[in-house]
Amino acid sequence: MNSTTALAWFARHELRLAWREWLAIMTAGRRGRKRAALIAVIVFAAIMHLPAYAVIGRFATLELPLDRSALIVMTAAIFLAWALMLSQAIESVTRVFYARADLDLIMSSPARLADVFSVRLVSIALSVTAMALLLSTPFVDVLVIGGGLRWLAAYGVVVAIGLSAAAIAIALTVLLFRLIGPSRTRLVAQIVAAVIGAGFVIALQIAAIMSYGTLSRFTVLSSDAAAAFAPEPASLVWWPARAALGEIEPLLVIMAGALVLLGLVMTILSPRFADVAVRASTNAAPNDQRSPARAFRAGSQRQALRRKEFVLLRRDPWLVSQSLMQLLYLVPPAVMLWRSFADSTLAIVLITPVVVMAAGQLAGGLAWLTISGEDAADLVTSAPLSPSRMIRTKIEVVLIAIGLMFAPLIFALLFASLPQAVVTALGVIVAAASATAIQLWFRVQARRSQFRRRQTSSRLATFAEAFSSIGWAATGALALALPIGALITGLITAAILAATWKISPQRE
Amino acid sequence: MKPVESALQVRGLTKRFDRLAVDALDLTVQPGEFYALLGPNGAGKSTTLRMVAGLLRPDAGTVGVFGIDALANPLAAKRIMAWVSDEPMIYDKLTPLEYLEFVAGLWAVDPAISEPAAHELLFSLGLQPHLYERCEGFSKGMRQKVALAGALVHDPRLIILDEPLTGLDAVSARHVKGLLGDRVRAGCTVIMTTHILEVAERMADRIGVIAAGRLVAEGTLAELRQQNGHHSLEDMFIALVGAETETAAA
Repeated sequence: MNSTTALAWFARHELRLAWREWLAIMTAGRRGRKRAALIAVIVFAAIMHLPAYAVIGRFATLELPLDRSALIVMTAAIFLAWALMLSQAIESVTRVFYARADLDLIMSSPARLADVFSVRLVSIALSVTAMALLLSTPFVDVLVIGGGLRWLAAYGVVVAIGLSAAAIAIALTVLLFRLIGPSRTRLVAQIVAAVIGAGFVIALQIAAIMSYGTLSRFTVLSSDAAAAFAPEPASLVWWPARAALGEIEPLLVIMAGALVLLGLVMTILSPRFADVAVRASTNAAPNDQRSPARAFRAGSQRQALRRKEFVLLRRDPWLVSQSLMQLLYLVPPAVMLWRSFADSTLAIVLITPVVVMAAGQLAGGLAWLTISGEDAADLVTSAPLSPSRMIRTKIEVVLIAIGLMFAPLIFALLFASLPQAVVTALGVIVAAASATAIQLWFRVQARRSQFRRRQTSSRLATFAEAFSSIGWAATGALALALPIGALITGLITAAILAATWKISPQRE
Repeated sequence: MKPVESALQVRGLTKRFDRLAVDALDLTVQPGEFYALLGPNGAGKSTTLRMVAGLLRPDAGTVGVFGIDALANPLAAKRIMAWVSDEPMIYDKLTPLEYLEFVAGLWAVDPAISEPAAHELLFSLGLQPHLYERCEGFSKGMRQKVALAGALVHDPRLIILDEPLTGLDAVSARHVKGLLGDRVRAGCTVIMTTHILEVAERMADRIGVIAAGRLVAEGTLAELRQQNGHHSLEDMFIALVGAETETAAA
């Protein structure tokens, strides 16, 4: 086999692995579900055209030349998509560094490592680009249907977004590796991904609150102040927006730019990728984390279990990054709350659904980690502690953790509006309890490191958890604005929960 | 005179998955005995021990641990038992000392007793330099030693080990064997499955051979030699298991 054939063969192997991994995620690892998964993806993509139409439909008739406000909104939307893809790409690259089990085989093979890792880098870029295309298709379709074929150029922009995001993610991860070493890169990369993913939206929200007293990001982007600061229409800054609108020259330039960027990253980093990957795999489990010496603590069996759960939650990198993300999402409502002390506004009501939703989502993740993600299942089962007491203790841990995270915000809310503080507190408790209950009904024994795949074990639980959080968030908001509406959404959410319990495996 | 209660008394223990894994098994182990359970892969050794440890509910049969009905009163039985599996399940984000503190807490052992015991165990297993390091960087052997220390920190009367020497280097294996030998000399009962016949030959007071979910031979090494006419345990094992496998296949 010559080197070109070998590379092509390796590329096929990489793509096959990527395809199988994606298939395993879609089918929850069960064979014979390919057709069902394919139908589900098609149905989901079709349904996604509706929200895409609601969000972007009105922009389909935009024509060049655009005014500054329109250019700002489009460029911001493209930048947001790029930031989200970059966040996803950092996660993918980190996973490739730390979770590939075939490194020994590759390193011991007679293949040229720089070539092999070039293929691997391209594979990362392709999977990130494929994901970008998958997510953007409903939006671009809506634009094409409403505004004509010229919008097909937006697919080119999406490809450029995917390739450039992958290139930057690879460079950033390798840089982190060099700066802080393999053991810390994993955690820091997760946090950076979370901050990049949420940061842009949150910054816009804070600007909107500070300037206009609203959570709407659109208000800032379409404001006169933003237009005044924006560069001239001929500036390169607007080329992605102009490319999306079908202008050929900017489209070719940004696509070529993305390809050149990826090529540069591959040329510079491929020879070092092997070294980085090997160091990452041998240090995937860092051994430089030490805990201070202290005496054993006395207490009941349940206290011992609670202490262990809290220590593990505190030391969980996923939880740290997710909590940071949730806290970031809570910054805009907190700023709005702070602002409302001086300037009473109805918009403060929006804090309640944001907080309730965040509590539900975070509780779901926490509940999975404590209830399903038990690394020493045999030890805990063989301990002289009844299963019901054990589960009760783990549920307490989830609710206490949620309480600790959300209590300060609710306490601050007390000073702005007592009824809203009460409603928000109740919403947080009910949303957290519902998410925990769903995890309990659908629990499966797994290792904590399998958290990323938790959604695949039960799609039903994932959807039920999302609907429950959204339902309780809506109920909280309506309780403050339209109580009869709250009664209806509350009953619907309770019905969803009841239906989920009815079909859950734990009921059998 | 009150008769001595068996450390373990199993009667008619049965478990079926997609096939019969354990078939009406009877097994008795006396206090202070080192009992080795041998058998080929899939013979039902681990399933049997998991049922004894309360990790798996049997379809039929009884399990008595020092006179306690382990199926009717599992918590009382678990209080005096310890279980170590072949795959060391410990928490990556805890240090060995934190892990042992947690185990001692689960078994409600007074810290005044468990803390020195934890230090002594980890020292004797050669983990002294790693007391404050998180277990995530440990090798399989080190993890197995932490799991073993966890099983011993609450001073159980009955220790059940499923392939505890898997993945251990020679020095570590000797540490573990020494530790288990000390426990037996102190009056503790040990039941262990192993594929390393030399370990069973050297350490066990009695050996049981299980095949297709049934106990096909049991006794001291000398008794087994007498019953089967083979000098080495390996020859005996292959003769017993081979015959049983052929019967099962037929």
